[in-house]
Amino acid sequence: MRAPSPGGRRPFFRRRKTCPFSGPNAPVIDYKDVKLLERFISERGKIVPSRITSVSAPKQRELARAIKRARAIALLPYVVK
Amino acid sequence: MPLYEHTFVARQDISPQQAEDLAREFSAIIENMGGRIARAEYWGLRNLAYRVKNNRKGHYVLLNIDAPSDAVKEMERNIRLNDDVIRNMTVRVEEIEDGSSAVMRSRSSNDARMLVGIGDTQAEVRRPRREDKEDGE
Repeated sequence: MRAPSPGGRRPFFRRRKTCPFSGPNAPVIDYKDVKLLERFISERGKIVPSRITSVSAPKQRELARAIKRARAIALLPYVVK
Repeated sequence: MPLYEHTFVARQDISPQQAEDLAREFSAIIENMGGRIARAEYWGLRNLAYRVKNNRKGHYVLLNIDAPSDAVKEMERNIRLNDDVIRNMTVRVEEIEDGSSAVMRSRSSNDARMLVGIGDTQAEVRRPRREDKEDGE
């Protein structure tokens, strides 16, 4: 399990963040929303793993699809050199 | 009829007027084959994320389509034949979002606007707000 339980032996545990795409006013994942998608790609243009961004697995799949669509119409880069 | 979103990118050397004419031409194909263009958006001349056929910029047009698949196929075929279009993508959607898309709402594309005269004209003719600019492009 990645989420360390409070009261565990590990001295540095970070509070488990919740998925940014769940909750009442969560943003809708859309391939046209470049500003939103940019937050989930690295400086090199790679998709950031969900363990870093704490996006839930179903939403990460949706997000990956949106990023790939945005790349196909040159809204987002495939690589940043 | 199924709903689609079609985005195409026209090369940078044509004028916005010509990009609009392209949109009109492709919309006519849809309408002649029994489809309907629910909305058309012109996103302006945007910077491309990477070079496509030596273009650094491109005219983006989004069409929201409600049409049989044959009509969309025919339109895609024509788009592929058109040398002015450098990229295109059709996505099947469950519902057409009302109001303007994310691109229109963001401040980075000031010259994005609805294409009037294509599809349903009752679609709101609303200019994107210009006051909510946070930083210059």
